[in-house]
Amino acid sequence: MSAEFQQKIRTTLADANLQLAIYTATGRLKAARVATVAPDVLPDYQELRTQANALKRHAIENLDHYLEQFEANVEARGGHVVWCKDATEVADFVLSLAKEKGAHLIVKSKSMTTEEVDLNERVEHHGLESVETDLGEYIMQLAHERPYHIVAPALHKTRYQVADVFTERLHIPRETEPEKQTMIARATLREKFLAADIGISGANFLVADSGAIVLVENEGNARLTTSAPKIHIAIAGIEKIIPRAQDLAVFLKLLARSATGQPLSVYTSFLSGPRREDKGEIDGPDEFYVVLLDNGRTRLLPDRGKRQSLYCIRCGACLNTCPVYRKIGGHSFPWVYSGPIGAILTPQFMGISHEPALPFASSLCGACGEVCPVKIEIPKLLLELRSDVKKSEAREKQNRWERLAFQAFAWLMTHPRIYELAGRMASAAAPSADGGWIRHVPQAMNFGPVKAWLEERDLPPPPARSFREMWRRR
Amino acid sequence: MSRENILHRVRTGIGRGAADAPAAPPPVRLRVPEADREARIASLLARVEALAAMAVRNADPAGVVAELIAGKTSVASNAPFLAECGLTAIPGVRSGITDRDELRALCATADCGITSADYALADTGSLVMIASPQEARLISLLPPMHIAVVPAERILTGLDELFTLLPNPAEITSSMVIITGPSRTADIEQILVRGVHGPGKLAVIVAG
Repeated sequence: MSAEFQQKIRTTLADANLQLAIYTATGRLKAARVATVAPDVLPDYQELRTQANALKRHAIENLDHYLEQFEANVEARGGHVVWCKDATEVADFVLSLAKEKGAHLIVKSKSMTTEEVDLNERVEHHGLESVETDLGEYIMQLAHERPYHIVAPALHKTRYQVADVFTERLHIPRETEPEKQTMIARATLREKFLAADIGISGANFLVADSGAIVLVENEGNARLTTSAPKIHIAIAGIEKIIPRAQDLAVFLKLLARSATGQPLSVYTSFLSGPRREDKGEIDGPDEFYVVLLDNGRTRLLPDRGKRQSLYCIRCGACLNTCPVYRKIGGHSFPWVYSGPIGAILTPQFMGISHEPALPFASSLCGACGEVCPVKIEIPKLLLELRSDVKKSEAREKQNRWERLAFQAFAWLMTHPRIYELAGRMASAAAPSADGGWIRHVPQAMNFGPVKAWLEERDLPPPPARSFREMWRRR
Repeated sequence: MSRENILHRVRTGIGRGAADAPAAPPPVRLRVPEADREARIASLLARVEALAAMAVRNADPAGVVAELIAGKTSVASNAPFLAECGLTAIPGVRSGITDRDELRALCATADCGITSADYALADTGSLVMIASPQEARLISLLPPMHIAVVPAERILTGLDELFTLLPNPAEITSSMVIITGPSRTADIEQILVRGVHGPGKLAVIVAG
C-alpha cells in the first residue's frame, strides 16, 4: 500500500464530521434506491437488470459497428464526430475549436469523462474560462478539489465549508443557508450560461440508431449547457454506446433509481445534432460535436471477463452500499473513480502498479455486485485483479533475485583471485554425482532460484582440476 | 488519425473484422400496460403532485392559468393548442415569437413560461417536450416557473409507450426532453432545494 493511500485513509477515518457526512449521505441514497427498486414498486427490476446487461454486452461485443453507425447518424443530422485517443487530443480539439470560433467562455455540465482528462485545467492553461455548472461540481471547482462521489460531488462538504468557499472565491458576504447558497450559485451561473460561447457536456448514453446523446440530470444545468451557447460539445467514452433509442426504456428505468432513488431524474435530454433551422426549430445550438474518447478503454477489450467493467453507467450505487467506501470516502481513492467501480476501473485504466493495494481495499461482501443495475460482477473482477497484482509482484520479486545474481556474478568475474577461490570451494562442496550428473543438492541449498533451476536441469559434476590449475601445471 | 487507430484497437480487442456483420441485438423490450383515459389522468396528477408540483384537471385551462400568472410576465410557446384554449389572449402573455435572440431575451426575464407538452407519462408524472416550431427549448427552462397544459388524450402510460410511438425521436427533432418535476439539487448536505437552474415551480394542467 502506498504511503499516500494509507495517509488519506487515516485522515478520513480520524475526521468524525467527515465520517458522519459520508455515512449519512450514502445511507440516504442507499435507502432511496432500495425503496424504488422494491418488488412491489418495480416488479420487473431483476428482468430489467438482465436485459441491461445483455444490451451492454452486445454493444461492447459489436462496438466498432455501433460506433460507426453512431458516427454516420450524427453526421446525417448535421453534427460532427471527433475521435480522441487521450486527454491531450481532447484538449487540443476544444482549444482549436475555441480559437477558430473566437470563444472565451465555456460552461460545463457534470461529466466524469472530462474529470478523467482534466479538461478544465488544460483549457484554462490556455487562457479560456471553463465553468462547472452542476452545483456540487461548481463548489468543487471553486475549492480546487476533485469530485468526492460519482453522483454527489460535494457530499463531504458541510454548509459552513461551502460558505467559506463562496466567501473566499466569490467575494460575497458569508451565507450558511443551503437554500440561499443554491440561489447564489443560480444567479452567478445564470450569467455565465447566457454569456457562454461553448457548452461542454458528457453523455450518459450514445444512441447508435439515432446519432443522439442522452443526458440525465436534476438541476437543469445540462439543459442550459446544451441549449444556451451556440456550440455544444459532448465528450463521451466509447463504451457509452447502446444500440437503439428503444433500449432507453430499459436503462432509464434503472439509472435514476440506482443513483438517487428517483423513478426518473428531473431532466432526461435526448439530443441529436444542432437545431434544425430548416425545420423551423426556434432555439438550440448551431453546432454539435461529439467527442468519442478512448483514453485506455480499448485496453480493457481483449479480456473477455474484465471487459464487463465497461458496462458501467456511473450510477454510484456500488459506492453507497460499499462498507469500505462508506468509511474511507472518495478522496482516498487514487483516481477520479472511487468506490468498488473505481477499484476495478483504476487498475485497468492506469495499470495495476498505480496503486497495487486498491483491489484489496474491499471486504468482498458482494454488495456492489448485487446493486449494480447492469450486473457487473465487481467482486469477481476484484479477485481477478488481486491475482494480477500478486502475479506482477512475483515477477518483480523474481526479477530482483535475478538482478542480484547477475551483479554478484559480474563482481566475481572481475576479481580473478576470488573467482578461483570460489571455484575451489564450489568443487569441494559439490554434492556427489548420480550417474555422471548432479541431480540433487542438500536440502539447505535447495531453495528459491536454485530449486527452480534444478527442477528443470541437471548439473555436470565439477572437474577434478580447474582450467587455471591445468594451465599453471602445463 | 485517431479514428482508424481507435477502430483498429476496438476490432483487435473484440476480435471482429471490419467487414463482419454484427450479431443480432437482444430483442427490444417494451411493454405497454392497459390503462384507460381516466386511469392515466388520475395517475399523472397523483405523480405530479408527489413531485411537489401543482397538478390540476380543468376543462377551462385558461381560467386556471390566468389566476396563476396574474401580475406576472409570461412567455407562451407557439403550440396551437395554447391558442385554442385561449391562453395566448391572457394579458401579460407574449406569444408567437420565432426569433431565437428575441425569445432568449424574453425567457431570461419572464416570470413564467407556458407550454403545451407533446406527451405526458402517467406512471412517472413526466412531460415530454419535443423541440419544434411550436415548442422552443428555453421556455420550459429559463423562467422560474413553468406551466404546461396537456391535452388529456396525450397522456401515455410510461416510457415503454413513448418509445413504442417514437422508436427513433431523432427523426423528428434535435431535442426531446422528459421533464419529471421541478428543477432540484441536494448537493449541499443532501438538503433538497428546488429551482437551482431550471424552474423551481411547475404546474401541470390537464385540459379536459
